[in-house]
Amino acid sequence: MKYLHLVIANLRRHTLRTILTIASVALALFLFASLRTVLTTLHTNSQFGGARRLVSTNATGIVFVLPVSYANRIKSLRGVQSVSWANWFGGKYGENSRDFFAQFAVDPESYLGMYPEIELPPDQKEAFIRERTSAIIGKRLVDRYGWKLGQDVTIKGTIFPGDWTFTIRGIYTPTNPAIGDDVLLFHHAYLDERIGRPGIAGWFIVEIEDENNAGAIAKGIDDQFRNSSAATKTGTEQAFQASFATMLGNVSFLMGIIGTAVVFAILLVTANAMMMSARERTAEVAVMKTIGFSNRTLFGLVLAEAGFIALVGSALGLGFAKLLYPVVNFNGFGFLPGFNVTTMTMAWGALLAILLMLASGLVPAVRAARLPIVQALRRVE
Amino acid sequence: MALVEIRDVYKSFQRDTQRIDVFTGLTLDMEAGSFTALMGPSGSGKSTLLNLVAGLDKPTSGVVRVGGVEVSAMSPGQLAGWRASNIGFVFQSFNLLPVLTAYQNVELPLLLTNLSGRDRDERVKIALDVVGLSDRADHYPRQLSGGQEQRTAIARAIVADPTLILLDEPTGQLDAKSSQEVLTLLQRLNNEFNKTIIIVTHDAHAAERAKSTLHLEKGDLIEKRHMASAR
Repeated sequence: MKYLHLVIANLRRHTLRTILTIASVALALFLFASLRTVLTTLHTNSQFGGARRLVSTNATGIVFVLPVSYANRIKSLRGVQSVSWANWFGGKYGENSRDFFAQFAVDPESYLGMYPEIELPPDQKEAFIRERTSAIIGKRLVDRYGWKLGQDVTIKGTIFPGDWTFTIRGIYTPTNPAIGDDVLLFHHAYLDERIGRPGIAGWFIVEIEDENNAGAIAKGIDDQFRNSSAATKTGTEQAFQASFATMLGNVSFLMGIIGTAVVFAILLVTANAMMMSARERTAEVAVMKTIGFSNRTLFGLVLAEAGFIALVGSALGLGFAKLLYPVVNFNGFGFLPGFNVTTMTMAWGALLAILLMLASGLVPAVRAARLPIVQALRRVE
Repeated sequence: MALVEIRDVYKSFQRDTQRIDVFTGLTLDMEAGSFTALMGPSGSGKSTLLNLVAGLDKPTSGVVRVGGVEVSAMSPGQLAGWRASNIGFVFQSFNLLPVLTAYQNVELPLLLTNLSGRDRDERVKIALDVVGLSDRADHYPRQLSGGQEQRTAIARAIVADPTLILLDEPTGQLDAKSSQEVLTLLQRLNNEFNKTIIIVTHDAHAAERAKSTLHLEKGDLIEKRHMASAR
C-alpha cells in the first residue's frame, strides 16, 4: 500500500492518455460482452422448446405453407394430444423500420393451451378467444407504444396487404424469455377470413402425450403427407428453433470474427499505449534502481499500473454492458429476446482483462526489472 | 580500516569489437568521514569508479569493499537492498521523479525500509530542513529552480542516513550561486553530520571544497592531494 501513491502518480502523469487508455479497455470489453451476449442469446433461444411439442413445416421450406386441414389428420395419429397452427404475418406499425415487431396469426384456444409459458389473466384470455378481431400483446409493446386494453391498433400488412385493425384484449407475460415480450398474437380465423379462406398455415405445433415417442410420431406425420402436394417436415420444437439459429449461424459466425478482430485491434492499441507509457520512463526506472528499488518491486509497480488500467477499464466496460441492456430493455429489435449479459460472459471478460494486463504489463515490467542501470543512466546523464 | 577499499580492480568495456580497459589494477582506500573529489578528463574512469563503489556496476576482476562488505560479490537483489540503506546517490541532472512532489521524492528511499508512515514523515522533514527546503515540500520538480532540485536530490540521498554519499557532477547543471549553495551543503553534511562523500567533478572550485582530491587519468590514480583549506 505504501507504493500506491507511486502507481497513482504515474497514472496521472498523462491524465488524458490514461483516461483514453481506460476508455479503450472499457470499449473493448463492452463490445466483447455485447457480442458474446448476442451469441449466447441466440444459443439459449435455440434451446427453447417444450419437450412434448413437435413442429411440422412444409418440407420444401418454412416460407411455404401447409393446408390447415392437415390439423385433423395429425390429431388423429396415435400419441398426439392436440394440434395448433400459426402463420407469420409480417405487418408494419408506423413508418420507422425500428418499429418492427413480430405478429403471428394463431388458433387462440389450442395455441394458448399448448404454451403455458405465455401467461395471461383468465379474463383476458377468455376475451381474446371470444373476439375474432382481438389480439394479445407482450408487455414491451405496451411500454413502447403505450397501448392499452380495449384499444384498436392498425397494422399495415406486407405479406397480406391492407390495414388490419385489432382490438387489444390481453397483455401477456412470458415466463421464458425466449418467447419474447414484444409479439402480437391474433386470430388465425380472422386472417383466413380476410384473405378469402384459403385455409393455409405456416406451421403446425403438435403436442404429444409422451416425449419418448417424439421420433416415431414425427415420422408418422411426415409419412402421412409424403406423397401429397405439400409434404411435411416434422421435428421437435427445439430443432425448429435451432434451425432459425442455424439460419443466423453464418451471421453470428461473421459477427464473431469481425467482433473478435475489433476487440483485439482495440486491445493491441491499448497494450501499445501502456507499453509506450512504461518505455518513456526508462530513466526513472534506472534512478529508482540506483536508490535501491529491487527488480521485483519495479516489476510489481509497472504491472500494478497495467493492472489498474485493465481493472478500471474492464469494470466500466463490463459493468456498463451488464447494466445498460436491462435498463433500455434491449432485445435486438425482437430478434434477441432475453438479451442479458450472463455471469459467464462477465467471467470471460474479467479473464480477458487479466490477459490484457499481462500482455501489456509483462513486457515493460520485465524490461524495467532487467534494465541495466549503468547503460540506462548513461543515456540519462 | 578504510570505509571504501578498492583492491586490484580491473574494469573493461566491450564497444563493438573493441575492448576498452578503464582500470588495470586500481587500488585505493577512502576513509570514513572523508570528503573526496574525483577529478580527471572525460573517459578517465571517474564515473565508472563511482558506479563500482555504488554497486551499480561490477569490476571485471578485483574487489570493491564498502564498510567491510564485498560489494563486488553481491547479487543484484542483495545490491538493491544494500544500496537502499548504505548509499545516497546524486546525479548531475538531478533525476527527481517529475510526478512526485519534493516531499515524495525525498521519501522514496524510505519506502524501501520498514519505517512507519510517521517515522518516514519525521525523517523527510528533517532531510528537507537540512537542505533548507522545508517550505518547498509540496512543490513539484518543475516548480523548483535547478539549485532547489539538486538540494532536493541531496535530501533524497541523505534521508535514509546512508554510509556513503556519492555525487556525479552535482554542480554540472547549476549556475555559480546554486553551485556554491550545494557545495556548502555538502561541506556541512561532511563536517556536521560526518557523512563520507565522494564527488565526481570537472570543476576545480568544487574540488577545492573537498578534503582530498584524487586525479584519475586513463584509469590510473596519478595524484592524491589533501586540501588543508577545505573547511
